[in-house]
Amino acid sequence: MKKPNKYVLFAAGPVISIILSLVIGGLLIALIGQNPIEVYIKLFSETLGNTYGIGQVLFKATPLVLTGLSVAFAFRAGLFNIGAEGQLTIGAFASAWTGFTFVSLPWILLIPLCVIAGFLAGALWAGIAGYLKARFGSHEVINTIMLNFIALAVVSYLVNNVYMVPATIHTPEISPNAVLLRFDLITGLFKGSPFNLSFVIALAACCLMYYMIQKTPFGYRIKTLGYNANAAEYAGMNIKKLTVYAMAIAGGFAGLGGLNFVNGYKHYFELGFSENAGYVGIAVALIARNNPFAIVLVAVFFGILEYGGLTVNTLVPKEIVTILQGIIILLIIMFTKLFDKRIKLTNT
Amino acid sequence: MVLLAVKMNGITKTFGDNFKANDSVDLNVKAGEIHALVGENGAGKSTLMNILYGMYHPDEGTITINGNNVSIHSPAEAIKLGIGMVHQHFMLVSTLSVLENIILGDEITGAFDTVDIRRCRQKVKSILNSFDISIDLDETTGRLPVGTQQKIEILKLLYRNADILILDEPTAVLTPRETDELFRTLRELKKEGKTIILITHKLGEVLEVSDMVTVLRRGKVTGVLQTAKTGRTELSELIIGEKFIQQDSKTDNPGARIILEVSGLMVKNERSFPAVRDVSFEISAGEILGIAGVEGNGQTELIEAVCGLRKIESGSIKINGREITRNTAIAHIPANRHKHGMVAEYSLSENILLGRENEPQFSGTLLLKKNAIDSFTDNLIEEYDIRPRDNNTLISGLSGGNQQKVVAAREMTKQTDVIAVSHPARGLDIKAANFVYKTLLGESKKGKAILLVSSDLGELLKLSDRIAVMYNGKFAVVLNAKQTNEREIGEFMLGVKDS
Repeated sequence: MKKPNKYVLFAAGPVISIILSLVIGGLLIALIGQNPIEVYIKLFSETLGNTYGIGQVLFKATPLVLTGLSVAFAFRAGLFNIGAEGQLTIGAFASAWTGFTFVSLPWILLIPLCVIAGFLAGALWAGIAGYLKARFGSHEVINTIMLNFIALAVVSYLVNNVYMVPATIHTPEISPNAVLLRFDLITGLFKGSPFNLSFVIALAACCLMYYMIQKTPFGYRIKTLGYNANAAEYAGMNIKKLTVYAMAIAGGFAGLGGLNFVNGYKHYFELGFSENAGYVGIAVALIARNNPFAIVLVAVFFGILEYGGLTVNTLVPKEIVTILQGIIILLIIMFTKLFDKRIKLTNT
Repeated sequence: MVLLAVKMNGITKTFGDNFKANDSVDLNVKAGEIHALVGENGAGKSTLMNILYGMYHPDEGTITINGNNVSIHSPAEAIKLGIGMVHQHFMLVSTLSVLENIILGDEITGAFDTVDIRRCRQKVKSILNSFDISIDLDETTGRLPVGTQQKIEILKLLYRNADILILDEPTAVLTPRETDELFRTLRELKKEGKTIILITHKLGEVLEVSDMVTVLRRGKVTGVLQTAKTGRTELSELIIGEKFIQQDSKTDNPGARIILEVSGLMVKNERSFPAVRDVSFEISAGEILGIAGVEGNGQTELIEAVCGLRKIESGSIKINGREITRNTAIAHIPANRHKHGMVAEYSLSENILLGRENEPQFSGTLLLKKNAIDSFTDNLIEEYDIRPRDNNTLISGLSGGNQQKVVAAREMTKQTDVIAVSHPARGLDIKAANFVYKTLLGESKKGKAILLVSSDLGELLKLSDRIAVMYNGKFAVVLNAKQTNEREIGEFMLGVKDS
């Protein structure tokens, strides 16, 4: 018997799940009295059929790439980061604060500063969860969930009481020097969409994660920790320190996710900006099997669903798309288990 | 004609493209005999038994159980046919009681499908009586020594009415006394008409306990012998396929400088109980200090402390006069290679890198030197005769002996003066064990200080210069390896003798 290709098997789960969930979604659409074919055609043509739609999709995908990376990086160290939402929120606020505080700096300093601030704030926030795990053994899932609530409360307090702009739920605007330009202004493509340079930062982060994990001694240690913490300890690795670092870097990736909205789109921090990107990131990492490049593809797919949900709003309620997302995730978990068995068989 | 309990005929099993783990193997086991299945690691013993137990399906060949042609597709089907297997790694739930572990998955139920624990207990008790086995059914399994846990595994099979018992390397983890106890049980089982297949590569055991021997080498049967009519030399020739090379014994290496110096060491175990209590010793360059002892007398904690893995309560550990820190590099072959010595998901190259990813030869300022790692691994694969010869294979695909060679190769090539070794040949065949011994002696000749913990007294006597016996966290005695014997060591191990 000819052995199926390993990569085909890897991709098979997600692909079958997506097709199957589109079928189920189609049934739902039919149930509420709409023509599924028509809805899907509209959904895909308005998202992928013109550059404006593509720009919108990529704009929606940008934070998902970064939160997906965040969850995936922690996963590689054997840690489950549920806290990307909180890390994203804190990071986004830090980028905004830097942008509206150091208004006199030129762009060449201010933009890197905003990027660094976002990364460090997210890293610090996740680092707390990592430290609690390393020092006291408290589980990172609990730690990160609790820190999500705290992050939201802290930022909400700051926006409403310290850096408030009356009658709004957002901060003052950042300096024009802190703005990450929109692609339509640079290239003329994607006209009208808020798709901006932070997408490039997200791609750079993907490459960074790939190199770190695959090529560096540090990444090797992270992987070892994830595969076999006992062996890591016996090999002389400081697994407590590694746990903190792994969480911090994961948090840093999530913290960069705020640049898209703050520096690229609205130019201020606004409460509720994230639209659950931190949580969707968990699904993105899961489906992409923690592969940094697959994360981009999956994030784009979720971008299609998110923006597509808006475009078909006149035909079906946008909850349909949310339901579709949920079904896809459940199916993928199911099929992944199924195909993992096949992959194991192929390996032996 | 005598009834054959197991008749495996022309069994062939191929893995991958052309690796024949079993190549038209015949195995005939008479009812009521103890049949030893011997061979090197990777000779195909486990594959053959996994086929019999329904874990693998053979490509060719037939299986007959008690005269009936069968096709076994899962362990559940094997159990129905009366075949049971005790694996090298026990399958017990450590938090459950002995009784609960025995009945787990096959409970006698009463009204409303509840477990009728009384009837279960009765059934287990009657098994204990008929086979003359004593065990406390209410003790928590995890608190029991390995030998007793193994008894539970055997009881599980008897409880499920198994008539054909397969034991995979049952003595690998046992102390000499536990081994004797196991053999007593096996003979008792035989007396009651059970058929036993014993996978092993310890010749002494084969000769002591079995009736018949089938020898496998590289997937083929090289001999079927009556135990009474064969001996050590003939068996080793059949197993290795060449004249058995006598082990070089240890040469004297006196008057060298002290490398490892441990004084007044106190170490606690996981339960915060003092496990090592006021232990002091020195190891000089070129010296091997053996540590004997019944498992759980502080040997593990001692070696972990020396390797910087366990906190020292008081006392000191110095290497070349300097107190050790967490970053002190020590070569360490841990007792449990799966848990502590390797990463199953990693390739051979990646496993060779384990703990060495900081060394300049493997890592530049930013990136790992993949080519250097691979070629270093290739050299070790050659030098240590690791199979398959492919640095990119996952280590989980290797036989136990080859995995141990990978761990040994990595640790022996570390730049360090101290080597700490636990049970270096556990689960290895003669050839691989000899190889590891030769390597250890070679490193010792280079002037390294070696701390060797083992439950195999023969191994300790062969390799060590001095042997310390640990009892209750202390050194009961330190003996000159040339002037002692297994018997004397055994007496100190059990606390019968005191110095």
